Amino acid sequence: MNQALIDLGEYITDSVPDLASSSSIKLDELTIATSREALIRLLTFLRDDQECQFKQLVDICGVDWPEREPRFDIVYHLLSHRQNHRIRVKLMTDAQATVPSANDLFSAASWYEREVWDLYGVFFDGHPDLRRLLTDYGFDGHPLRKDFPLTGYVEVRYDEEQKRVVYEPTKLTQEFRSFDFMSPWEGAQYVLPGDEKVDQEADDG
Amino acid sequence: MAETEIQNFTFNFGPQHPAAHGVLRLVVEMDGEIVERADPHIGLLHRGTEKLIEHKTYLQALPYFDRLDYVSMMAQEHCFSLAVEKLLGIEAPERAKYIRVLFDEITRVLNHCLQIAANGLDVGAMTPFLWLFEQREILMEFYERVSGARLHAAYVRPGGVHQDIPAGIEDDIIEWADGFPKVLDDVEGLLTENRIWKQRNVDIGVITTEQALDWGFSGPVLRSTGAAWDLRKAEPYAVYDRMDFDIPVGKNGDCYDRYLVRLEEMRQSLRIIRQCIEEMPEGPVMVEDNKIAPPRRGDMKRSMEALIHHFKLYTEGYHVPAGETYTAVEAPKGEFGVYVVADGSNRPYRCKIRAPGFAHLQGIDFMAKGHQLADLVACIATLDVVFGEIDR
Repeated sequence: MNQALIDLGEYITDSVPDLASSSSIKLDELTIATSREALIRLLTFLRDDQECQFKQLVDICGVDWPEREPRFDIVYHLLSHRQNHRIRVKLMTDAQATVPSANDLFSAASWYEREVWDLYGVFFDGHPDLRRLLTDYGFDGHPLRKDFPLTGYVEVRYDEEQKRVVYEPTKLTQEFRSFDFMSPWEGAQYVLPGDEKVDQEADDG
Repeated sequence: MAETEIQNFTFNFGPQHPAAHGVLRLVVEMDGEIVERADPHIGLLHRGTEKLIEHKTYLQALPYFDRLDYVSMMAQEHCFSLAVEKLLGIEAPERAKYIRVLFDEITRVLNHCLQIAANGLDVGAMTPFLWLFEQREILMEFYERVSGARLHAAYVRPGGVHQDIPAGIEDDIIEWADGFPKVLDDVEGLLTENRIWKQRNVDIGVITTEQALDWGFSGPVLRSTGAAWDLRKAEPYAVYDRMDFDIPVGKNGDCYDRYLVRLEEMRQSLRIIRQCIEEMPEGPVMVEDNKIAPPRRGDMKRSMEALIHHFKLYTEGYHVPAGETYTAVEAPKGEFGVYVVADGSNRPYRCKIRAPGFAHLQGIDFMAKGHQLADLVACIATLDVVFGEIDR
């Protein structure tokens, strides 16, 4: 069952080698890596080519890797009803650069791009109406970035005296607890309490 | 005569309106009685589900899926469970797969009952609402008997289902399935050929197949345009490849066809439910791997190892190997997918939820254009929007 996907991946990288920088199949899913500049031409090819016919844009989403440069992945999922294939197109970008909007190719892209802009702050060039989608009117920040705290910065309540909803800095009645159950023997990526002395002692001789 | 300037009238529809099906704020621009533009403002029910899931273990993340589309709970749990199973490289036991399909279809009936009932209510038919909600009550009792909860079941879990179904529930489901077509006939008798119902639905919100593909529509909304596309057939998961059922498709892609498709889907669901119960094998309902499935309560009283496993599973949880997957199921509303990125830890690194209603609601602008305001309500109803999944 994998063979069709392998063929498809090879076909795409052979047909448009300058647009698709690599293709890989993991867990029976085909991923094509591309760049910001090549994205629109690649999506057009995938949509219109007879062998591909990815007529439906299923999803666009962002993934944040703060340690990496550039830090964001933008992931497109396409579906071909005719060939019964799915494909994932991935590109890397950062918060400054703009990604070309796929709005002219797929009408569905509009809200997905607004969502990525809202949650990650990646700007889509050529989008007709790039407003925030899910967060509050006048919201500040991009909540799905890894450096945005889970509790957020502001909380709202109805103020009886002012007769309106007021925004206030978040007040936690209990300290935010993020339990770490990583075993110290496997995979803890930080210095365990007390372990910092080891290096000091080594330095002291 | 003095020249007068005529301006389009803009107003808010919702967010507190029973026909908005939740907290939809729709900014509608009207030219007289005709809708010129409908701009949905969503996010009023945004709870940051995806952000929360990034801070929870895989098992703790599961109940959030009940709370997305809160009328098709188990279908969404099924989707997340399939995704995690794919990343873990495990497969649920046979019996668990049958139970999952059985309850997926019960969920489908639950959802379509609500949709048709609410659609009727929106355009002025009160009685189907009462009849169908009675049926929903029976179905939610089945939910309660397997999981203990009427709505937020958290029953389908990575590796299988939480518990085996209680003895005797099969007979009760069959008994219900025997009587349910009568209710459907009654609803059809009231609605299908009803003059008012047809006036309100036929040729309203027409979608072509090209438009549906372009806008990312799926499920009954796509099938009503004539495209025979169903993930249960196209990418069979669980045991759908062994089930014998048909995919109803519409012709015109209007509100009336969407109603007919949903109605027929319920009858097909009954066929699947019967087959599931007939063919369901005996056996375990959860994988036997102690590193993923929690031990039984009885074992924990005697076995130290079971106790340790239980403690580790409910604190640290299991670690999922690094990888990514997009897994989709045919939820009652359409293609429900999750894109899970795992980094090898006990928490999902990223979990993007692809909700069918999100894509559907986006199309309301082109569907409602040129219709009257009351037809906009019919469009919203037949798109079957639920804000739990759209706002996430």
